[in-house]
Amino acid sequence: MFEYAPAPESRSVVRLQPAYGLFIDGEFVDPTDGDSFPSINPASEEVLAEVAAGGAGDVDRAVRAARTAYDRVWGPMPGRDRAKYLFRIARLIQERSRELAVLESLDNGKPIKESRDVDLPLVAAHFFYHAGWADKLDHAGFGPGPRPLGVAAQIIPWNFPLLMLAWKIAPALATGNTVVLKPAETTSLTALLFAEICQQADLPAGVVNIVTGAGGTGRALVEHRDVDKVAFTGSTEVGKAIARAVAGTDTRLTLELGGKAANIVFDDAPVDQAVEGIVNGIFFNQGHVCCAGSRLLLQESVADQVLAALKRRMTQLRVGDPLDKNTDIGAINSAAQLARISELADAGTAEGAQRWSPPCALPDRGFWFAPTIFTGVAQSHRIAREEIFGPVLSVLTFRTPAEAVEKANNTPYGLSAGVWTEKGSRMLWLADRLRAGVVWANTFNKFDPTAPFGGYQESGYGREGGRHGLEAYLNV
Amino acid sequence: MSERVAVRKTYKLYIGGKFPRSESGRSYLVQSGENSTANVALASRKDARDAVVAARAAGSGWAGATAYNRGQILYRAAEMLEGRREQFVALGIPGDEVDAATDRWVWYAGWSDKLPQVRGGVNPVAGPYLNLSTPEPTGVVAAVAPAAPALLGLVSVIAPAIVSGNTVVVAASPTDPLAAVTLAEVLATADLPAGVVNILTGRIEETVPSLAGHRDVNALDLTGVADAELATRLEVRAAENLKRVLRPVPAHHDWYADPGLARMTALLETKTVWHPKGG
Amino acid sequence: MTATAMSARSDLTELGRSETALRAFLHNLPGVDQVGAEQRAAQLGTRSIKATAKAWAIDLAIRMVDLTTLEGADTPGKVRALAAKALRPDPADPSCPHVGAVCVYPSMVPYVAEVLRGPAGGAGPAGAGAAPAGVVHLASVATAFPAGQAPLEVKLADTRAAVAAGADEIDMVINRSAFLTGRYQEVYDEIVATREACGPAHLKVILETGELATYDNVRRASWLAMLAGADFIKTSTGKLPAAATPPVTLVMLEAVRDFRAATGRQVGVKPAGGIKTTKDAIKYLVLVNETVGPDWLDPDWFRFGASSLLNDLLMQRTKLTTGDYAGPDYFTRD
Repeated sequence: MFEYAPAPESRSVVRLQPAYGLFIDGEFVDPTDGDSFPSINPASEEVLAEVAAGGAGDVDRAVRAARTAYDRVWGPMPGRDRAKYLFRIARLIQERSRELAVLESLDNGKPIKESRDVDLPLVAAHFFYHAGWADKLDHAGFGPGPRPLGVAAQIIPWNFPLLMLAWKIAPALATGNTVVLKPAETTSLTALLFAEICQQADLPAGVVNIVTGAGGTGRALVEHRDVDKVAFTGSTEVGKAIARAVAGTDTRLTLELGGKAANIVFDDAPVDQAVEGIVNGIFFNQGHVCCAGSRLLLQESVADQVLAALKRRMTQLRVGDPLDKNTDIGAINSAAQLARISELADAGTAEGAQRWSPPCALPDRGFWFAPTIFTGVAQSHRIAREEIFGPVLSVLTFRTPAEAVEKANNTPYGLSAGVWTEKGSRMLWLADRLRAGVVWANTFNKFDPTAPFGGYQESGYGREGGRHGLEAYLNV
Repeated sequence: MSERVAVRKTYKLYIGGKFPRSESGRSYLVQSGENSTANVALASRKDARDAVVAARAAGSGWAGATAYNRGQILYRAAEMLEGRREQFVALGIPGDEVDAATDRWVWYAGWSDKLPQVRGGVNPVAGPYLNLSTPEPTGVVAAVAPAAPALLGLVSVIAPAIVSGNTVVVAASPTDPLAAVTLAEVLATADLPAGVVNILTGRIEETVPSLAGHRDVNALDLTGVADAELATRLEVRAAENLKRVLRPVPAHHDWYADPGLARMTALLETKTVWHPKGG
Repeated sequence: MTATAMSARSDLTELGRSETALRAFLHNLPGVDQVGAEQRAAQLGTRSIKATAKAWAIDLAIRMVDLTTLEGADTPGKVRALAAKALRPDPADPSCPHVGAVCVYPSMVPYVAEVLRGPAGGAGPAGAGAAPAGVVHLASVATAFPAGQAPLEVKLADTRAAVAAGADEIDMVINRSAFLTGRYQEVYDEIVATREACGPAHLKVILETGELATYDNVRRASWLAMLAGADFIKTSTGKLPAAATPPVTLVMLEAVRDFRAATGRQVGVKPAGGIKTTKDAIKYLVLVNETVGPDWLDPDWFRFGASSLLNDLLMQRTKLTTGDYAGPDYFTRD
């Protein structure tokens, strides 16, 4: 047997402080009416640092700092100068990318190979892409002189902490807005390191403010009357609450929410690549991906063959220490998320689906869930309808292209979908009919700053990335 | 010889290409022209529901029609409207407004096959992929037309929604509904497939809340809702299934101005398709 | 073997009797998406193999090397030296394993046999043909290597001569000209005939993937060779700039995996050409491990066609045992 020896990435590149304040008006400050909470490593349950929980007063301070910076500095600044700050930030991210990647894996639990090879390159690319837009907005197709909105309140999830920060902050700053960003409570640390990068870049004070905290902090931010824009990525449930909260105001809103994507495999698919796509679709980032291919739709004529290949492939997945360079699946982000995944998986068994996981030893400490597939799943099962947000795949079958479309679209969500077929015209036929904001054909989970991302229906509205993403931050 | 007795028109709803009375059997009285009155159907929640069913049924065919075909039909609506100009004038709609409404159909007709080019295209992703973004209709749009101008406002709400392939259920101006019903006759003769546009007359407070809460409606256009408190309530209900919401337009809005793209783009989804490029 | 696999096996042997059936079968194999295959190979290339795993992999890789010289300038002296090195790659370290095989042109086979098996084929228990387990195999290219552009009788005579001279492994080239024009039957028949000419010697079938150009062709040629009786499928002659690559090898590994699932017969894989460093070799071993599993992690089922690779493996091996970086002057250059 070829046993890979442990190959841990060094932690020494990260220098954590014992406690972090809020980043308001260019400085780290203690909360005035808030509290603090520990941020833990989900792979070991070790406390990494104490993080401040901003109260309503802190949120107000941050919004006022952002407003002042918008009125006095960032709003009036020529686009070419805003661009230079963003280019600076992009470069600093590249220079400190290993440090950021290691911290991301420590705080989030994702494998270092993903934070290193996927998250961080995309983060830097996102800042580079948007930096270039800052002085070209007249030519972005929104008419002459599109104006920024003002102060943007941005709330991001824990699955891609730094990447989601980039998706929010880069377009907001490029278009001339200032921001108050709240990271997810379990993954604040890379956002705070990003705050240091803003200082290092000499970004004017107040342009970026980072207020850490839990749901209450987020609510105070969303309900603050002096924000012009709310951008949220997270659960559909919270997205709806935010939509209600801003109803009747002038606040603009974009939402990037949950999904239950179908990954459709036809009998003429490139099978080996399809199996890779299925694995990447559901096990990338422990399945903590809103656009995860969590419903596998197999054409009945190849269902057994593909399932056998998938199971064989799953036995190769290496679950364990996120900092080991050979780890494929890291830790579940929190005890709460692990409980949710377990509850839904148990419901799958209770409803009569067949559960299978490859033999795989899980560490004793930390939060872990073995890669799992359910076969014999019916459209009516909870595991076929609800977003699990974990490494759990529900397998269904279909007979005809029309049936595949019908099943794929039979969900209130509409974020993404996958199609595997070597027949070009069938691929395009499906792509037309799938009600999803992103369709990956013969690939899956690909992202790029130039490609708009966002959902249909209850997966939210607005797009992030590309020319389309600018619109969310411009008064057009 | 006595003067000829005029044939008066019954003003009914427009649902699924047909002109039904309200299922509730109710109507209300409005002024018609200078010296006559008309009974207009007072739509109920069930009429609104039927209209959504019709709009949904028409959706895939209309969205699947070629952009060229949709453009032709919108242009046909302009032709039909031009031909009925005097009829609208007789209802009290100023001639200028009828002309502006006709021109608006023409303007939007031309957008059908340009919007995907202006709003979509190839994204230069950093990898061996073709990456293509295209706009798609969001689906069924429930809209509230402004109380005034009754015809131009209504056309300005309907046309940007349907040009991209959406279907609509629109609540017409409650105070001035005759133009809406007459516009329905224009649309019915413009080769517009049944159900693409559905027009309800009556009270906004009665029909629109059920549309705002309806889970099979994808977008809510609150343009004509003047009551801010009602608008907020409707927007809150719309959040239940995350409808795309267009907020109310201020009463002083200039409906004769260039409408821009905003009303069309607010009712579009962007779909991005990736495909590898390999030999 | 399951009943399905048995019936599949008999169905598959029928394929070689009809050009139409062969074509239909090969063209119905699942396609290979180039981008996806290359990404998978690249991802496996990021595995980090350290410490004990690295030591294990280096020794395995040495045992898998087909130490090769295929030059017009090859002489008896040159190939004798190579054969000696094959037996004892690191004279300073008796724990260092011998390589898998020596691979030469047919005319050089007798000189290599002298070193590997003793004079005139005497001492070795095997005469011409099969070699006992645990010895260094003697491979010869044949069939008008590398172009294969000769009449079939010439190719077969070439093969028989190599086997008669002592080769127990024959590396043949497929008829790419026939393959690319879709004359699959012809390619198949040539392999069958060569297989027959090999007698007890193992047959490695070189696809020359650089000339096949697409992964779909690599998959089809792999199946064609296996259907015709190949014991091994091999990427390249080493005479083209486009030689073995991880994605090509990945596609071939998938083919041998699927072929065994369908027929029960295991076929080996040999990437050849361009594999020069320990890092490269370990990437291939990871590819084997995670595509077909431990059944193929053995010199009987996986080989490297290489020449300079061996010295790099030896230097890395010394680095692991001594802790100090090695220098090329401490290893033989032949």
